[in-house]
Amino acid sequence: MRIGVITFPGSLDDRDAQRAVRLAGAEPVALWHGDHDLAGVDAIVLPGGFSYGDYLRAGAIASHAPIMAEVIDAANAGMPVLGICNGFQMLAEARLLPGAHTRNAHQQFIRRDQKLSVENADTAWTNQFETGAEIIIPLKNADGRFVADDETIRRIEGNGQVVFRYVDVNPNGSMNDIAGVSNERGNVVGLMPHPEHATEPGFGPDMTDAMRSGTDGLAFFTSAIAALTRA
Amino acid sequence: MPTILVEVMPKAEILDPQGKAVAGALSRLGKDRYTAVRIGKRFELTVDGPVDDAMLAEVRGIAEDILANTVIEDVVSITVTE
Repeated sequence: MRIGVITFPGSLDDRDAQRAVRLAGAEPVALWHGDHDLAGVDAIVLPGGFSYGDYLRAGAIASHAPIMAEVIDAANAGMPVLGICNGFQMLAEARLLPGAHTRNAHQQFIRRDQKLSVENADTAWTNQFETGAEIIIPLKNADGRFVADDETIRRIEGNGQVVFRYVDVNPNGSMNDIAGVSNERGNVVGLMPHPEHATEPGFGPDMTDAMRSGTDGLAFFTSAIAALTRA
Repeated sequence: MPTILVEVMPKAEILDPQGKAVAGALSRLGKDRYTAVRIGKRFELTVDGPVDDAMLAEVRGIAEDILANTVIEDVVSITVTE
């Protein structure tokens, strides 16, 4: 199983995502934004960071990168695609996911270990969770406020396309506490918090039983492997 | 050199936290007659030669597809200056 991680100018968490893929049991493949080549991978991760300095809008310029033509074709053909933070913003800008992101309502950059509820455990990136499960993974962003018009909110809530919701604290003013969404088919998922930073004991978020012990992010990547194995 | 000006504003129903912060600052400075401030963007596209209808149509496309995200923003004007 080969999972590609695309590096854009300004990506920060591409190597963390590669490491998460490896810890989950798949082979990480480094992909480059300027290529028109997915190197035959089975799934794709768009990592976090500040591509192109987030000039214009977060993820906007990267969403027009050369490799995004292939990403859009692959996503539309059903390949599992995960967008984390800046990657989520790119997928929204590319219209592969509904909604958009604006500056956090409180105007501050925020970094916290964030509790989420898994609202839909039937996507390519969440099938190893139980619906309703609560997980903790790190969040860190400035432009994380998920917004969409009323009709879109109604539609994605009705379709089960709200995949993650913030629990206890809404850290950025996202509508309906939405932390992550999917496309209708469930193969494309995006979220603001960072599952790749919660995949190895000792390097994850603080949990109630021990500091830095959180590994709730690992199931994102094992879910993709399971989805591909089933397919 | 002709310049095409494209102005983009956040949609009315979208919270504009930057505008809100400026409105708060004005109020703290005693400039309290202003009930709201919204911040948008102005793009200046300089061209080397005359601006014709075809170019304006192309800029309309660029504005809707790239300069603005029409989920959250509106292109409010496209004008030409010399």
